[in-house]
Amino acid sequence: MSRRFAHLVVIAVVVGLVSLAFARVNYAWNWAGVWEYRAKFLHGWLTTVGLSLASLVVSTLIGGIAAVCLQSKTPLVEAVGRVYVELIRGTPLLVQLLIGFYVVANAVGLENRYVCGVLVLSLFSGAYMAEIFRGGLAAIPATQRDAARAIGLSPWQSLRLVILPQAVRLVLPAVAGQLVSLVKDSSLLSVIAISEFTLNAQEVNSFTYSTLESYLPLAAGYLLLTLPLSALSRWLEGRFRYEA
Amino acid sequence: MLLEIRDLTQRFDATTVLDRLELLTGDIQALVFVGPSGGGKSTLLRILAGLDLPVAGSVAFEGVPLPRDEPGLRAYRRTVGTVFQAYNLFPHLSAVDNLVLPLVHVHGLSRAEALERVREPLERFQLMPHAAKRPAELSGGQKQRIAILRALVVHPHRLFLDEPTSALDPEMTAEVLDMIAELKAAGTQFVLVTHEMRFARRVADEVAFIGAARVLAHGPPDEIFDRCAEPRVRGFFDRILA
Repeated sequence: MSRRFAHLVVIAVVVGLVSLAFARVNYAWNWAGVWEYRAKFLHGWLTTVGLSLASLVVSTLIGGIAAVCLQSKTPLVEAVGRVYVELIRGTPLLVQLLIGFYVVANAVGLENRYVCGVLVLSLFSGAYMAEIFRGGLAAIPATQRDAARAIGLSPWQSLRLVILPQAVRLVLPAVAGQLVSLVKDSSLLSVIAISEFTLNAQEVNSFTYSTLESYLPLAAGYLLLTLPLSALSRWLEGRFRYEA
Repeated sequence: MLLEIRDLTQRFDATTVLDRLELLTGDIQALVFVGPSGGGKSTLLRILAGLDLPVAGSVAFEGVPLPRDEPGLRAYRRTVGTVFQAYNLFPHLSAVDNLVLPLVHVHGLSRAEALERVREPLERFQLMPHAAKRPAELSGGQKQRIAILRALVVHPHRLFLDEPTSALDPEMTAEVLDMIAELKAAGTQFVLVTHEMRFARRVADEVAFIGAARVLAHGPPDEIFDRCAEPRVRGFFDRILA
């Protein structure tokens, strides 16, 4: 059986089972009511795409910087990185969003809730990225740094030409997983009244009382974002593949 | 090469690996370090190659002392070549790109110039058919020969080879040793750490026996291998050549 065909079979079985479950509960579908709000779904989805892309870039940056801090030989710098990672990973995103928006953003006069949302989400995801990056860097044998120094590369060249290309291959699957989580975690931005995909679906639900019709498109919309991310990651993995 | 080592001391934590080591060579082409594992040979070679800074003491080649700061050492490393026991090729690059990388990024050649520079050596050592392969696709002997070429194509003043055949089976060892012998014949200067005693005798102009953190014996190969009176050196050769 080809791999592609196997995927289709499994998807068909899952869809079949879910349909069967719906059929058994005799759910009264009301797609017409929800269809009226299609523009609202689209607006929410596009907002989520924008928020996710922005957070994806910023969280990668933050993760990279924090990973460097975690590796630092200066105790204070290492401590900053470690406290950041443990504090963020150990507390709920919900709490971070509420404190970030109603306390921190207010205190510093940041009024744009979208910017604030992207920052908090990026800080959240960046903590996970930092650990992924740190692990990837640590997995490159010291002999590689030795070889890079021996041929006269500067520390920056060594990082760029020798360490990073190898580390990227190691961290890609974990980074892709983290980015998929990031896209879904963006749904929590609704608690600070950001008009993203989930908030719009919730509103449609409250207008139409058609819960499943409101939330099934939500699931499909997130899949539409996360599946290409996974595909991209697999493609990149293939490009970076080599035996160590 | 004229090497002068004075009072050289190296410590890792509480362990003294080199203890006020002294060595003064003649103006020679090939210097070989032999001796027991853990005796300090590789540590000494790493200092000579500019990879580690000693705790104390001085090293001078041709009367020029080695720099004592990292920027100075980096500039020094660009003038020499180092070959490691475990090859240390870059696994994400093809064999030819392993050679091109230092030429382009350290020595300022264009990629075309670098490719031109590495062609002749690749052909001379029958490595051209393997140039496009990644290290994982090469045999140990091929990997080490590529690693030697990577050190060589930048036209270094001298090579430092740290047990280049210790990870290889006898056939591949012969492959690599032949290459080193050929470099000797071509006039390349090098310092070699090895456990291949017969080869050491063949290529060395001078042999230094490193043991117990010091130079226990030093001189022409015949003198060291056949007529050395130092009991620790004698004992070592008796054990391994028995």
